[in-house]
Amino acid sequence: MKRKILGSAIAATVAMAPALSPAATTVSDGIVKLGVLTDMSGTYSDLSGPGALEATKMAVEDFVAKEKPDFKIEVISADHQNKADISANKAREWFDTQKVDAIVDLVTTSTALAVMKVANEKNRVSLVSGAGSTPITNEQCNDTTVHWAYDTYALPVGTAKAVVKQGGKNWYFITADYAFGHSLEKNTSDVVTKSGGKVLGSVRHPFPGSDFSSFLLSAQASGAQVIGLANAGADTINSIKQAKEFGITPKQSLAGLLMFISDVHSLGLEATAGMYLTTGFYWDRNDETRAWSKRYFEKMKRMPTMVQAGDYSATYHYLKAIKAAGTDEAKAVMAKMREMPVNDFFAKNGKVRVDGRMVHDMYLAQVKKPSESKYPWDYYHIREVIPGDEAYIPLAESKCPLVKK
Amino acid sequence: MDIFGIPIQALMGQLLIGLINGSFYAILSLGLAIIFGLLNIINFAHGALYMTGAFCAWIGLTWLGLNYWVALIAVPVVVGALGMLIERTMLKHLYQLDHLYGLLLTFGLALIIEGLFRYRFGISGESYPVPELLSGGFNLGFMFLPKYRAWVVAVSLVVCFGSWFIIERTKLGSYLRAGTENPQLLQAFGINVPLMITLTYGFGVALAALAGVLAAPVFQVNPVMGSNLIIVVFAVVVIGGMGSIMGSIVTGLGLGLIEGLTRVFYPEASAVVIFVIMGIVLLLRPAGLFGRER
Repeated sequence: MKRKILGSAIAATVAMAPALSPAATTVSDGIVKLGVLTDMSGTYSDLSGPGALEATKMAVEDFVAKEKPDFKIEVISADHQNKADISANKAREWFDTQKVDAIVDLVTTSTALAVMKVANEKNRVSLVSGAGSTPITNEQCNDTTVHWAYDTYALPVGTAKAVVKQGGKNWYFITADYAFGHSLEKNTSDVVTKSGGKVLGSVRHPFPGSDFSSFLLSAQASGAQVIGLANAGADTINSIKQAKEFGITPKQSLAGLLMFISDVHSLGLEATAGMYLTTGFYWDRNDETRAWSKRYFEKMKRMPTMVQAGDYSATYHYLKAIKAAGTDEAKAVMAKMREMPVNDFFAKNGKVRVDGRMVHDMYLAQVKKPSESKYPWDYYHIREVIPGDEAYIPLAESKCPLVKK
Repeated sequence: MDIFGIPIQALMGQLLIGLINGSFYAILSLGLAIIFGLLNIINFAHGALYMTGAFCAWIGLTWLGLNYWVALIAVPVVVGALGMLIERTMLKHLYQLDHLYGLLLTFGLALIIEGLFRYRFGISGESYPVPELLSGGFNLGFMFLPKYRAWVVAVSLVVCFGSWFIIERTKLGSYLRAGTENPQLLQAFGINVPLMITLTYGFGVALAALAGVLAAPVFQVNPVMGSNLIIVVFAVVVIGGMGSIMGSIVTGLGLGLIEGLTRVFYPEASAVVIFVIMGIVLLLRPAGLFGRER
């Protein structure tokens, strides 16, 4: 008995040791808690969802193994069902009763905007990778939000420019009739016009839709060379499938403005071959991306999307910033996140700007023909690297109040 | 020539597409109407069973190597049998109770079936190729009509009017209709009414599965394809008159056309136009266009 007590006393002292060392991190409640708030079962669950949670957990495991932090880290998760009110309530509950320090992923713009506002009020951090609209780092930006993987400004920069350069000058849009679709259509139109192309018109379809043949027929009648798909997920998938059925492709070409590798996987290369798309991450780009992605694949049996890889990268950077700042207080951590460059398999010399945008290179990809694909998930040719400074909104044009002009 | 500023050729194209979508509405609402007419069950699982049909076709093709034509026959049989199992083990206990119980049970079933497919296949779904024989299309001058879509319209018209004929014009159909009116009396004539009800439910479900197989090459096969469609189909049934066989067929095709027209003139409203019509019909004719007041 005595020996047991002695044993635990020694164990306790050893455990306390790091806390007593001079560089100890002061962490509120003794634990750093990350909440992965995402769409676990709905439209976006393949591109973020359970994979986002797994990627976040991997980041924590890797961080603990490599950096040996003197604080404990825990990951929890919830399904926000793509609803802003559910997200805001969950975030409030997590901050008030669960002592969550940062919220990860946040797919769907409306949920991201709702949560980042609550988080800012409570002085906690939002690490947005799933949502894509630009207001997150513009009109509605705040000083505790980071936007990681991509946005609707960066997507058309690669795709639209490349397609216009290839001779696709006349565009027609099939647009999902909600904020995201409108913003994507507008940003793309700007790029098309700037690159010397012309926009002939657009049609807005109810979201979500299943039959796109009417809209495709309008697009066909417009005589445009390129049909821009300003929608996402299942809507994009069905548009592409039906365009082929109605003989629209390959006479007119399609440009998917937001496509994830999960969409290409589910459509198959037969239907998507030759399409251009812009992405923030491709698993098969170099040894580093392959190594990480294969580990991810072991667990999820799917290759990661840019959102899931972004969640890993954002989480890791956030934890590193806590260690460097010696505290988990949001403002101090944010300062460190902006100060330290992001260097991992996801981004090289990425930087978090004052508006919260993590600026990193984007990639213009072209989908391979079935005959060019040599192994499972071998889907893209990377045609061009778009430097971060060209891909994202220049600070000079930013509408974020935090940007001093 | 233009009609309201829309070239007549574009209009023709859109109407044809409306007819194609209407065929799906018709075949699904027909199944619902048959089930409601004879079982008094509001079958909320219809969309999920339609999705199951599409997935079975995909599974057949990918895992078992069964082609489209086999699926067209085999899938409705298999899924119809599943329907009969559901009827025998669950639904039959509810006939004495209020409609609401059947609705809740089938709604729960729909969620469970969808959840299982979502768990196994993920949300993005799978792609089903158009069968070789029906790929390509006809150039009609005003539009390119894929052969497969023409096939869908043909099959659905044959199946719909065939079902109508059986129910309204044959002896078997007269038993079915008698079963709705007075099951005890029919039983007294030596007809096995419970068996008839089971078979009827199975047939309604098989129609849903057939629609699923027909839809597989057109839409992405995914776990929510049914729930996207089922609400519209319910509106069709309500407009046509609950339980009215001809009503559901005609309304299905008609609403497809109206939806097609809306997509030309004001695409943003195409998702709500059917519900606006439903509202108006319910105000003016609560029993639906073809329904009889009880």
